[in-house]
Amino acid sequence: METTYCDRCGEPGGGAAHDGCRAARELEPPRFCAHCRRRMKVQVVPAGWTATCVEHGTLTGH
Amino acid sequence: MSTSSVSVLDRARTRVLAEGQGLDQADILEVLRLPDEDIPAALQLAHEVRMRWCGPEVEVEGIVSLKTGGCPEDCHFCSQSGLFSSPVRSVWLDIPSLVKAAEQTAATGASEFCIVAAVRGPDAKLMQQMRDGVKAIKEAVDINVAASLGMLSQEQVDDLVDMGVHRYNHNLETCRSYFPNVVTTHSWEERWSTLKMVRDSGMEVCCGGIIGLGETLEQRAEFAAQLAELEPDEVPLNFLNPRPGTPLGDQPVMDPKDALRAIAAFRLALPRTILRYAGGREITLGDLGTREGLLGGINAVIVGNYLTTLGRPATSDLELLAELKMPVKALSATL
Ligand code: SF4
Ligand SMILES: [Zn+2]
Ligand SMILES: [Zn+2]
Repeated sequence: METTYCDRCGEPGGGAAHDGCRAARELEPPRFCAHCRRRMKVQVVPAGWTATCVEHGTLTGH
Repeated sequence: MSTSSVSVLDRARTRVLAEGQGLDQADILEVLRLPDEDIPAALQLAHEVRMRWCGPEVEVEGIVSLKTGGCPEDCHFCSQSGLFSSPVRSVWLDIPSLVKAAEQTAATGASEFCIVAAVRGPDAKLMQQMRDGVKAIKEAVDINVAASLGMLSQEQVDDLVDMGVHRYNHNLETCRSYFPNVVTTHSWEERWSTLKMVRDSGMEVCCGGIIGLGETLEQRAEFAAQLAELEPDEVPLNFLNPRPGTPLGDQPVMDPKDALRAIAAFRLALPRTILRYAGGREITLGDLGTREGLLGGINAVIVGNYLTTLGRPATSDLELLAELKMPVKALSATL
């Protein structure tokens, strides 16, 4: 599946404009679905996180 | 070392280290204004104070968000306010996941598990979730349960005691004089009155705040002095992590040297409290900051992730504690 949107700020595309977002994402879960830009339901727990888009499913991480 | 700083640290050596009394507001301010070259001496003294009055143990805690986002309040630093265009969506954690989070926290050796909800104060649904959740945790795992659910009524205080919640967190966030710049939907005094009820109930009081909200150094000193007046069992120290979409989203991350001055100053104001590294330490002080803090007055950490942001893996902190020969405070020591 193509990723179209930044998963931190929800704006289109990758590239240098989102360098700050990529750095911040080291210490943050994603907030926007990279495929459809919907805001995801995100649950952070001490040992991980889940982020769910109603259309594109659930991502997990630490 | 400059002469004035010699005198404030000398005064602290007598008053705080030898006698166990916190610095007053004027001296706290002097510590916050120390020149860069005096920061190591201030941290060293704060460390000696912590070792003398608290001991070498470090209290380890995990925190989890039971109800995230959609809060009706307007705390300008908070990504969970429903009043800003923050990307954080409202979500509830189910009880099995809550118990699993408590189990994972206990597995790190932590003695504390704090359940947090983004609310002005609890409603009947949240109190029921707490009742069910705390009971399920206590059946499954040995860990102290703390809670942070906003402002409470006396009845809710009594209910939390009844559930076996041993400590309640309610941060004053900042000093009284700066609070209206940061929160307009409730007052500092309303927070204070919840804290008084918690104190009178016998629950332990956990109360801290966030440094770097745009307060002046005078106001930072005022805040430390007001916390000292409250005499909380624990003070969580957060450093602002500016969140997108919040009114403080463009506030710069604070200068790491100022963060270190604040750690030393708060320890010298509060010699006997559990002083906890909470949110923002990674972004403000980097990986080395955890070590500097633990050798500068901090004696408690939140391990793993925070409520809406991520932390270092728990193992990194635990390995550091082992290297520093600081034992993790055992659950039995707190019961
Ligand atoms: S009351 Fe708590 S959750 Fe609500 S906006 Fe303030 S800090 Fe955030
Ligand atoms: Zn972006
Ligand atoms: Zn999607």
